[in-house]
Amino acid sequence: MNKVSKDNFKQDSYKYGFVTDIESETIPRGLNEDIVRIISNKKNEPKWMLEWRLKAFHRLKSMKIPKWAKVEFEDIDLQSLYYYSSPKGHSEKPKSLDEVDPKLLETYNKLGIPLTEQKMLAGVAVDAVFDSVSVATTFKEKLNELGVIFCPISEAIKNHPELVKKYIGSVIPVTDHFYATLNSAVFTDGSFVYIPKGVKCPMELSTYFRINASETGQFERTLIIADEGSYVSYLEGCTAPMRDENQLHAANVELIALDNAEIKYSTVQNWYPGDENGKGGIYNFVTKRGLCKGKNSKISWTQIETGSAITWKYPSCILRGDNSIGEFYSVAITNNYQQADTGTKMIHLGKNTKSKIISKGISAGKSTNTYRGLVSFHPKAENSTNFTQCDSLLVGEMSKANTIPYTENGNNSSSINHEATTSKISEEQLFYCLQRGLNEEEAQSLIVNGFCKEVLQKLPMEFAVEAQKLVSISLEGSVG
Amino acid sequence: MLDINKLNVSIEDSKILNDLNLSVKTGEVHAIMGPNGSGKSTIAHTLAGNPNYQVESGSIKFNEKNLLDMEPTERSLDGLFLAFQYPVEIPGVTNSSYLRQILNSHLKHQGKDPIDAAAFLKLLKEKSELLKIPMEMHSRFVNTGFSGGEKKKNEVLQMKLLEPKLIIMDETDSGLDVDALKITADAVNEMKSSNRSLIIVTHYLRLLEYIEPDYVHIFQNGQIIESGDSSLASRIDKEGYE
Repeated sequence: MNKVSKDNFKQDSYKYGFVTDIESETIPRGLNEDIVRIISNKKNEPKWMLEWRLKAFHRLKSMKIPKWAKVEFEDIDLQSLYYYSSPKGHSEKPKSLDEVDPKLLETYNKLGIPLTEQKMLAGVAVDAVFDSVSVATTFKEKLNELGVIFCPISEAIKNHPELVKKYIGSVIPVTDHFYATLNSAVFTDGSFVYIPKGVKCPMELSTYFRINASETGQFERTLIIADEGSYVSYLEGCTAPMRDENQLHAANVELIALDNAEIKYSTVQNWYPGDENGKGGIYNFVTKRGLCKGKNSKISWTQIETGSAITWKYPSCILRGDNSIGEFYSVAITNNYQQADTGTKMIHLGKNTKSKIISKGISAGKSTNTYRGLVSFHPKAENSTNFTQCDSLLVGEMSKANTIPYTENGNNSSSINHEATTSKISEEQLFYCLQRGLNEEEAQSLIVNGFCKEVLQKLPMEFAVEAQKLVSISLEGSVG
Repeated sequence: MLDINKLNVSIEDSKILNDLNLSVKTGEVHAIMGPNGSGKSTIAHTLAGNPNYQVESGSIKFNEKNLLDMEPTERSLDGLFLAFQYPVEIPGVTNSSYLRQILNSHLKHQGKDPIDAAAFLKLLKEKSELLKIPMEMHSRFVNTGFSGGEKKKNEVLQMKLLEPKLIIMDETDSGLDVDALKITADAVNEMKSSNRSLIIVTHYLRLLEYIEPDYVHIFQNGQIIESGDSSLASRIDKEGYE
């Protein structure tokens, strides 16, 4: 146990690394105005959407790639990427499962997300996004009966333009920052959710993102609107094949909660992390932001980040409504050469707003794991409070953990309570467990799961057990 | 059961055990007494395979196996149990799930099916009652925020669940009040059996007044300087170690 961590990360421990052998339709490589037009055309978008995209594209030309995160990588050649790929014959979404290529259904079966009626997860509605298109959405009709809209965003643009027009870009402006603007220009698919007034969505809604095509970027766009007094719990999962190249996933996710509404958004991010030498893996550059627009509204982010070569994301809450609440619960695990710079922003604008941040970072191997967070009270956000707790756990001798909290307090009636700890998996804990008959991996997994407990228990029950297993698997090979 | 032969052990280059010899037969209870810093705990941790203790030379036979070739996990699964002087806290892990996991690990090793939740709860209740441990304690995190007495009782509880062949108790009496000492000793006495051996490491006589040892060894400077029957413990208690 005194030994330095071995780096024998087992490749077979990433069980989602397979490639689906399916013919795909792509468009020419590169990023230019024509590409934006082609994507919009592929999606049969109305003119207003194309114009919105073009505005973003023109804006992008004058923007620079942000470099402030504690992550290192060579510049991505945006002109060498494909911006659109769909399984052949699926550029128009299949009307029913019978029309879906069996290879795709098989893929989702292998991923543990069966889409067919007989096998669907009870109580969970799934939207399955494969590269640039949604291939199936389950329980749609059942949800429709309650007025809940759950569909791919490309469908919502056509069928619910008034809602999309009103809210898209309202939380993440087109001009926000480089990757967000890039996404606005070239986004392909993602989910759209609308929960009508007073409706408590009776099922978990979830989207499963799968990257399959090589040299292709995935630009997810998700928009969730919870109307007055409504509630929804949403979960996204993500996986990708094992490849030597780095692939870009740049998502924009916007949440809007109106008066007395609540959105619970959970992520289990398990993109391919790269191999034990740091080759390959997904660049996960994601902008996620929720607006507590109405009074007494609540947005809660829970994320389990175990995958990706680089994770760069800060799911945030803008607490505009008086008495609104923002929460962020995060477990970020890095192993081998993975890098994570993740955290949140809590922007308090309304009176009596509350926020809570619980972040658990675990770094193993030669990885770097940074928590970065901002808590800001504006002058009008009287009597507001924040509680922040950031705990880092180091496994082995060669990993790094950083905690970078920023605070701004614009009034004198609000308070921030910040706690931070950094610890190592103690040899005493490990030895104690070994003495009771657990092996090293079981012992480590027990200790790390205990460390993450507060966050894991925030996940919807259907996924909590899976997440616990994932936590253990992500650290495989890191005990010496 | 256990044969320690010319054992030399050091921690961070300072030598703690000097040519130690000790033989424990199946069914015997041995007490190891000695002043602070005499190396008593070192024996306990060396037997359990704590990597901080470096074995320089010597051998240990445990049921015909070479103990020094075995990993700590293997030693545990083969029936060696160390009750810690300072039981370790594991935040976020409930005591009940931890106890069930270690029990299942042993059951698996014995080729048995894992115990299901209901059967485990029943077993846990039964064993906890003996030690007067409230069930509420099991929904708390392992040893986290436990009082000294609760921690020690939790060690004895694990001992009772795992039913080891060789029990080593490292200063289990420290931190226990009189009532708790009595309860704990009763629980240990119940475990005495013709196919189980006990090594009780202690500074004081008090635990030995309840659990009568077959042999008492006085430990000083990493060696056994005197051995005898239980009357030796009473003599030490009166006269001190000097």
